[in-house]
Amino acid sequence: MGKFNVLNHELVPEHYVLDSKEEEKVLRELGITKDLLPKINKSDPAIIALEQSHGDINPGSVIKIVRKSPTAGISVYYRVVVSGETVR
Amino acid sequence: MTEGISKRIYRIQFALLSPEEIRKMSQIKIITADTYDDDGYPIERGLMDLHLGVIEPGLKCATCGGKVDECPGHFGHIELAMPVVHVGFIKEIKTFLDATCKRCGRIKLTEDEKKAYLQRINALNNENSDIDSMSLLVKRITDEASSRTVCPYCDAQQIKVILDKPTTFREEGIKVTPKEIRERLERIPDEDLIFFGMNRTAARPEWMVLTVLPVPPINVRPSITLDTGERSEDDLTHKLVDIIRISQRLRESRDNGSPQLIIEDLWDLLQFHVTTYFDNQTAGIPPARHRSGRALKTLVQRLKGKEGRFRSNLSGKRVNFSARTVISPEPFLSVNEVGVPELAARELTVPMTVNRFNIETAREFVKAGPAPRDQFGRYLPGVNYILRPDGRRIKVTKENADENSKRIDIGWSVERQLAEGDIVLFNRQPSLHRMSMMGHTVRILSGRTFRFNLAVCTPYNADFDGDEMNLHILQKEEARAEARIIMKVQEQMLSPRFGGPIIGGIHDHITAMFLLTHNNPLYSEEETVHMLSFVDVDEMPDHEIINGKKFYRGRDIFSTILPKGFNIKFRSKLCSGAGEKCEYEDRIEDKDVFIKDGKMLTGTIDEASIGPFSGVIIEKIYKKFGPHEGARFVDRMTRLAVGFLSTRGFSTGITDYDIPEEAVKSIAETSRKALEKIGTLIDSYNKGLLEPMPGRSLEETLEMEILGVTGEARDESGKIASAQLGLSNPSVIMARSGARAKMLNISEVAGMVGQQSVRGGRINRGYTQRTLPHFSWGDIGAEARGFVESSYKQGLNPLEYFLHSIGGREGLVDIAVRTSRSGYMQRRLINAFEDLKVDDSRRVADTVGAIIQFKYGEDGIDPTRSDMGKTLDLNYIEFDQKESAEA
Repeated sequence: MGKFNVLNHELVPEHYVLDSKEEEKVLRELGITKDLLPKINKSDPAIIALEQSHGDINPGSVIKIVRKSPTAGISVYYRVVVSGETVR
Repeated sequence: MTEGISKRIYRIQFALLSPEEIRKMSQIKIITADTYDDDGYPIERGLMDLHLGVIEPGLKCATCGGKVDECPGHFGHIELAMPVVHVGFIKEIKTFLDATCKRCGRIKLTEDEKKAYLQRINALNNENSDIDSMSLLVKRITDEASSRTVCPYCDAQQIKVILDKPTTFREEGIKVTPKEIRERLERIPDEDLIFFGMNRTAARPEWMVLTVLPVPPINVRPSITLDTGERSEDDLTHKLVDIIRISQRLRESRDNGSPQLIIEDLWDLLQFHVTTYFDNQTAGIPPARHRSGRALKTLVQRLKGKEGRFRSNLSGKRVNFSARTVISPEPFLSVNEVGVPELAARELTVPMTVNRFNIETAREFVKAGPAPRDQFGRYLPGVNYILRPDGRRIKVTKENADENSKRIDIGWSVERQLAEGDIVLFNRQPSLHRMSMMGHTVRILSGRTFRFNLAVCTPYNADFDGDEMNLHILQKEEARAEARIIMKVQEQMLSPRFGGPIIGGIHDHITAMFLLTHNNPLYSEEETVHMLSFVDVDEMPDHEIINGKKFYRGRDIFSTILPKGFNIKFRSKLCSGAGEKCEYEDRIEDKDVFIKDGKMLTGTIDEASIGPFSGVIIEKIYKKFGPHEGARFVDRMTRLAVGFLSTRGFSTGITDYDIPEEAVKSIAETSRKALEKIGTLIDSYNKGLLEPMPGRSLEETLEMEILGVTGEARDESGKIASAQLGLSNPSVIMARSGARAKMLNISEVAGMVGQQSVRGGRINRGYTQRTLPHFSWGDIGAEARGFVESSYKQGLNPLEYFLHSIGGREGLVDIAVRTSRSGYMQRRLINAFEDLKVDDSRRVADTVGAIIQFKYGEDGIDPTRSDMGKTLDLNYIEFDQKESAEA
């Protein structure tokens, strides 16, 4: 099987990397610090796929996820990348 | 409630008790294995020494001088003759022995490796990362050190230590004594401990081998005096007695130079007793038993599992102000009410703090004494106890009631008995959803059972075959307000599971409403008055005059319980039957239920209108007119149903299933044809003529074909049977209206039971190549594989009966397996979600504040207020507005 970009699958929602400006804005709007955001592993397939187009994504970056919902139309979700380095 | 907190926990540290610390916290060294002398007085330096605390009234603690409820108890200690290992730390001891040099005691890593690992440990510490990654790192370090066979420092050859479970260590088959283990652990330098995840300030490895044993205070292991005056000691005391005895014998044997063999036996015995003292379910050793043969309950058993301290005493507790009894139905109660037996009401109390506004009322209550009744002998709430401001309880009796009523003053508290109208919590276990515990208002009834309206059976999942339920009396005004506003049954009528009603008419209610409205029958004035006398109506419905007599239409009678201004149009269940063409397809006036301005014009009321889970009328009334009207509709509907059935009468029996001779013959013919068809299928299979279906083996194809034929036969005979049974048949009425059972059940009784199955296939288990010895080997015919061609009414022949039982058993087993599995799954989910919280901005967060969802459910919609999961039912809103404008 050839390499498939998971982001192109219809069941995978859209992922975006926020730049520092947007990041700040989002955190200000939510009124929280970064460590309270839901986390996503750097080794997550979606992050790996995102890195192909975006370049290296460092732990601490905020990812914006836009999901389709039958009741809400679209729903926006934010996750912060963590190193998630597991020993061995 | 953050105001009342004066101290916050900054940090918790877990550590090991060192021998010195055990001695330091000990009040007395225990040397005698005895407990009490002949006079029943505690023996000095025995296990019940007065220094360890007091449990008997009259005695004083020798340590603190406190009396029974003042002294918290104090520890003592036992000096063990020889060291023994602690079962709880076996794994850790093994790691230490494996990873360190047996001679010099240092961890088997080179200086460079140590430096590198130290850096990573420090990095993890600074990062404040989770404990898991630290324990993973420690595991990796110790694994690497353990794999060295030569010590990098003293070049000593290492021998592999093998753990002989549960507590023995061996080196090449030779036992390493606990004493030796302790010596080795002692040799490990402090600075190496960090590589094991151990903190020098909290513990030293050698403390995992016990030389001193703490003796818990007697408050922890109280002895009980039986009625005979005999003393019975706690299991822990028994175990401690054993330990002291063996320790003493071991000391004596060692000191007078007994043979090594005897000493070793005693040492092993001491190890056994200390092990079982901690955990009496250690794998590999038989549990220590009581004289009666019962296994002793030692330290671990006290804490572990469902009956342990955590789940049984800390997470859940027994409560006061509660009652439990059998439940039974009472259709004349509102859904919001619960009938409480007098007997229970006299015991259950509500506290009343006396102030200047209620002092007169309080005095009247007290004056009435503990068991007042009105002039007709009916229940009135009395008072059991009054509380003085200093907290002293005074029992109110008939004799002192008058006097006590004068004594009470502002600041006193009066414990008033349960009265009608009090709000209480009512609960049935298992409490699987929030509707398992709802607020009800009290009605005092005679008898000994709790009673409630039948419509409330569904949320509690209750029936009356012996079910019991619990009642809790609220003690605080805040709690009562909360229960009234959010927990009352009428507030819980819509389920958060699907946003529809979970309360509705059941069984008879549906049957009655169906009969009342189907084909809009006529009822005489007399009958109508009888029916409506069950409901509160202000005026009679519209009537028709036939032959000079007043008659009333069923739908008009039903309309009396509908609120004014209510409009709805929907398809009834009767006409939305699965696939089959509705016989009212051409009669629009019967097909759709149409209600305009609270007047029912067309249609038939059935499960789709008033049933739980599906009742559209209940749902729309609730959503348009609110909880009060919703509950009122259910109350009146259930009452009208009872009124209706008491005029008309309704009954079912075996004669419901009588079908004409020709129909029976035609069913027999159907089954004969099916058997024949199966015969040909098997024939062609044997001859190899059967074409396999795509992706199936020949056998699978045959099975599927046969299952198809048997299914067809059952459906066919069901159709023949039900064609004979019309809507005048009570069983059919129940099935078609959705009151109880399905048409399938009717066709099983009147037509044919059909193919029995186990795990989705025909029955093929039992003896070698056959299900029963009545068949020949390899018989794969219809009868041999569980095809039942009889009906329940005809009765099954013995072979059919047996195979039917096999199929039936599977269902029972499935239910048993499902409930236990889903119960455990639910427990895990509840534990995972219990402290999540939705805040004002509809954000879901845990106690730390970490976000789980940015909007509850990602759309911020409360399913309870949704329309069957959707945000709004725009079609209905439009329809309602149009109809309202017309009206």
